Order: sequence, then structure tokens, then C-alpha cells
Amino acid sequence: MSASTLRIALVGNPNCGKTALFNQLTGGRQKVANYAGVTVERKEGRFTAPSGRVLHILDLPGTYSLEANSPDEQITRDVCAGNFPGEAVPDLIVCVADATNLRLHLRFVLEVKRLGRPVVLALNMMDTARQRGIVIDVPELQRRLGMPVVETVAVKRGGARGLIERVDGEVPTAAPAQADDAASRAELHAQVRELLASTVSMPRTTAVLDDALDRWALHPVFGLAILAVVMFLVFQAVYAAGKPMSDLIGGGFGWVGEHVAVLMPAGPLQSLVVNGLFGGLGTVIGFLPVILVLFLFILTLEESGYLPRAAFLLDRLMLSVGLTGRSFIPLLSSFACAIPGIMGTRSIQDPRDRLATILIAPLMTCSARLPVYALLIGAFIPMRYVFGVFNLQGIVLFSLYLAGILGAMAVGWVMKRLRRDKSEHALLMELPSYRMPKVRDVAIGLYERGAIFMKRLTGVILGLTVLMWFLSTFPAAPAGATGPAINYSFAGYIGRGLQYIFAPIGFNWQVSLALIPAFAARETAVAALATVYLVGGDAAGGLGHALAGQLSLASALSLLVWFAYAPQCMSTLAVIRRETNSWRNVAISFSYMFALAYAASFLVYQVTRWLS
Amino acid sequence: MRLSDLPQGAPAVVDRVDDAHVSDPIAQRLRDLGFVDGEPVRVVAVGPMGGDPLLIQIGFTRFALRRAEAARVTVRSELVA
Repeated sequence: MSASTLRIALVGNPNCGKTALFNQLTGGRQKVANYAGVTVERKEGRFTAPSGRVLHILDLPGTYSLEANSPDEQITRDVCAGNFPGEAVPDLIVCVADATNLRLHLRFVLEVKRLGRPVVLALNMMDTARQRGIVIDVPELQRRLGMPVVETVAVKRGGARGLIERVDGEVPTAAPAQADDAASRAELHAQVRELLASTVSMPRTTAVLDDALDRWALHPVFGLAILAVVMFLVFQAVYAAGKPMSDLIGGGFGWVGEHVAVLMPAGPLQSLVVNGLFGGLGTVIGFLPVILVLFLFILTLEESGYLPRAAFLLDRLMLSVGLTGRSFIPLLSSFACAIPGIMGTRSIQDPRDRLATILIAPLMTCSARLPVYALLIGAFIPMRYVFGVFNLQGIVLFSLYLAGILGAMAVGWVMKRLRRDKSEHALLMELPSYRMPKVRDVAIGLYERGAIFMKRLTGVILGLTVLMWFLSTFPAAPAGATGPAINYSFAGYIGRGLQYIFAPIGFNWQVSLALIPAFAARETAVAALATVYLVGGDAAGGLGHALAGQLSLASALSLLVWFAYAPQCMSTLAVIRRETNSWRNVAISFSYMFALAYAASFLVYQVTRWLS
Repeated sequence: MRLSDLPQGAPAVVDRVDDAHVSDPIAQRLRDLGFVDGEPVRVVAVGPMGGDPLLIQIGFTRFALRRAEAARVTVRSELVA
């Protein structure tokens, strides 16, 4: 350690306000990455203390105990103990404890103390503690713990001043390291009781507000109704704010592309820039508003403490299909787009539950499937009423959404049967106190999600988009060709080749070909079909007609079902790769969805043909 | 009595946590979370589907436990304690 820098590790129980404190200390000067080889987030920040010393702060994953149960807890344990490869031993551990929840949090403080390293205790949320009439004898606590204790209010400007002064001062001497065994662990609780009895007075064990809110939020009837309303509002916001912005961005890039095209000579380079580069960028960046709007809500719900309540209400339902209550929000997000859904699974600590959620998230009907559904339903399903009230087109659309959900439940159930690890994975979830979300913490969280998406995924998705462009552009149509250029391209050959695979489910070569660009982004299937069927002008209206003449009802229904289950889009697969750090999981999700879509389409095609 | 059988709202005290199998990490975690002898405990709410999971108040904290997890905890009535 040089004299002018200090490495500090922030540790604490989940919900102790550690991340808010980290944000308070470091502001925007944070680096978010993954620990080597695992998909656990590593957050480091730094700031310059008044003395001129540079403090490097590592925000370690929250844990209840150094007896680690999950990969993120193992990291906290190993970094604190100084034996995580590639991670420097921290010069000082700052243990953060929620002053309103000391019964639980002090035990962890004692556990950290036994490591025999310099520790400072930050008593966080002191403002809330005072409001609730909790009185803590800090000097006495400091004396009994044998470590410096400072009060902090992570969510208030200047609320960490005391902590900064303390860590900027002399590094406190460490308590002697103590062995860790079952007997001494059991002793910790007795020590905590003694500490509480002598230093803390608490008028009541729970917050009045929590009791009142939980009576409604967790009520078997009202609780579910509130959850339904919250979810409805989130979806309204995604479609009212996120989707138009996404379309605007997609359209904007198309417009810029066209104007750039004017400046360039016609040819492959122009096509690459306009269709490959700008088209691809429009698709990628177009995802961003939807992702940000969804995460704005997810982060707000998470900060407020409502998310664990939602998980509590739905745990039983999710468990029956091999998931956990925590899977609910990511799966729900996937109805807008699977990408934020899969990124949102980071809130699931258990690796097995997390993977199961990631694998079935793409089966939720995302918004990109809607244009395809709208086109095919408009062209093939007659506008008529069933029982006088139900619109048949609406029923078909609803059935497709239902098909996705039922498919996901079936897949979840099968995965539960198939997996080798049948051990019990616990829920054991804390329901923290309700809190007013802070703008700064939500903003930093949003920025992180957005940055991860832009930095880590743009390259992959753009690369694949350009590849798709290449396949559908080369080789160019021969002189005097009559069909559209794509027919003569690699994609055309592949489409005709795929036709043999897809004939049993009723796809002709044009449809098979359209599936190739649809792999880049589902909604492009409409444009691709328009191209191969040589439809000009108003694509949607004209295309509907053209399709109705060329495809049978059986093929159209089969295509609808295909889109409900098929492995798409490649952006989703790129996110799966990124979030699970494994190509194997990409291969698994691609192949199971392909098999599922093929089987379902085959069934629908053959049954419809037999009936008609 | 097991915690999973405790009626909603009834005050009780933790007696012990039993391992469901050898070196049961869930039982160990329950102990770490404060499910230790003499600690007051209460079922605050139950899930809307099949009465699962349970919301447990222990110390100053609330935890959602599935019934299988709560069944590891033996409790006694506060009056006896």
C-alpha cells in the first residue's frame, strides 16, 4: 500500500443501504464489470479524500453471512479474507449496518470482525432510526465492539461526512483473528443480544408504516389486485413512452441512412452503410428506450421495497413450474422485450433459478412479434364475432400470448424434471422496509443498465446484422434478372434449402427465406416478406392481400405458432451469452426453442389441413 | 411445534433449527438469520396460493420462508418459555 492510496471494501447485509452509500461516496466515478469467470457484478469507485489521499472503494455483493451460499456471497467472503485471485487485499473493511435492523446486521459485523482485519462500522439510516425513536449509544457500542463506529445517512447529501473523515484518518488496528467453527458461530447471537441490551433502545420492533402497507400489499385479494394494477401501469408506460421512442430512433436512423445514401455512389458499399450499418444501429439503439423505461420501473420498485412483496405473492405459482417468485418481474419484462428481461434476472441470486428464468424468458410474447401477428391475423383470420361479443382476430392474438405462457410453464416444468440437481433451493427472502426511492440511485442504476447494453452488446448485434445484410445482398442478381435481388443471394439459396426442412410445417421457400432476416429482428419478417413477394407501396395492406393469395390458412396458422416459439432474435441470444457467460446456454435455448416451434407448427399445420 | 404449523399472528419463541439432511445449508442460513433458541417469532402473513410462502417476523426483520424451510424451525409457545 502506498501512502497516498487506500483500498476500502464495503460489505454488509442485503438492504443495508450499502449501494446508496457507495453512490454517495463515489458519485459517477464508478466502474462496473464482472468478476473474472462469473457473472457477478464488480463495482469499484474512487474519490479523493480531503487529505488528498485517493480512496479506492469496492462495493462487494451483500451477504447475510460469510458462510457463503451463492457465487456472489463467495466473492464477498474471499475478497474480505484476502484470498480472491486477482483482487488486492483491502486495507480497510467498512461494514455497513442498518441502524433500524441491528439484531440481524450486528451479527454480520461480529463475523467480519473475526477476520482480524481493520474494520470501521457505518451505522446507516440513522435518520430513519431517530424517526422511529430508536436510540443507540454509539460510544458504548464502539467500546464494546472494539472498532470505530460512525453514523451515516446514505440518502442525504453530506450524510457520509463522518465516514469520510474516519476512513481518511489513521487505519484502525484490527482485532485478533478468530477461528470460525459451529460453536463460536452460535455464540455470535448471544453477543449480539448483549450488545443490543446494553446499547440500543427500541420502542417497537417494526415500523408502523411497514405494518400498515403490508396489510394491504400482501393481502390475498387486495395484494394481487395491487400487483395487477402496478404491472398494468408499467406496461402502459412501456407502450406509451418506450415503444414510440424506439420507433422514432429506428425511423431516425433509416432517415439518416437514406440521406447518406444520396452522398454515396450506388453499389455494395452504399448498401452496407444504409441497410447494414444504419439499419443495424437503428435496431440496436431502438431497443434502448424500451430497456430504459422498463428498468426505470424495475429499479424504482426495487428501491421502494415492493419487488420482494411481488415475489412473495407469486412464489407458489412460480415454484410449481420450477422457478422462484423472483422470476416474475424478469419474465413480465420479457413481454416488452426479452433483453431487459434477461438482464433483469440479476436480481435472482440462486444460479439455478436464474438460468431457468433466462431460458424461458424468450417464450414470453415480446412487442417485436406484434407486427408479424398483426399482418398474418389481418390477412387470414376473418373479422367476425364469436358469441356476438368476442372478436375472432382478438381471440387469436390472445391465444398466441397464452400459447407463449403455457409453453413457458411446460418448459419450466420439464426442466425441473430433467435437471440433475434436484436439491431444495431456498426462498429465504428478506422483505425490507418500504423506502422512498432516491432519484440519484435510480439514475445511476439506469445509466449502468444502459451502458452495459450499449457497450457490451452493440458490437455483437451490429456484427450479426451486417452478416445478415451480407447474406441477403451477395451475390448480386445477374443481369436481366426478373425476381428481387434477395432471391439470388446466399439468403435466397439458404431459404430454398431451408424449404425442405420447413415443408412439413407448411412454409414455402419465400416464407423460409423471410425467416433469415427475421432472425436479426422479428419485425423485419414483414419487410422481408414484402420484398420476396415483390410488393411495392403500402406494404402492410398490399402484403396482406398478396399473402392471402399465396399461403394456405394452415401455413399461416403454422407461421403464427412458429413466431410464438421460435428461437429469435439474435439480440436475445447475444444477451443470453453475455449474462450466462456460456455459449452452451445459447445453444440449449436455441435448440429447445427450435424443436418446440417446429413441433407446435407441425401439429397446427397438419391438424388444420386435416380439418379443412 | 413447527414454525410451519404456527397459526398466523400467534406469538412464539424459537426452540431450534433442525437440519433436513447432513450439512443442510438452508438450516445453517436460518440460524445465521437469527432463528436461534429464545428468539421471539411470529407468522405475519401467508401467501395467497396454498398459504405458501409464510412471512415471518424475527427480531426486527421480516423474511419470506417457504413451508418446507419453515418446517426446519421448531417453536414453543411464549407462555411456556
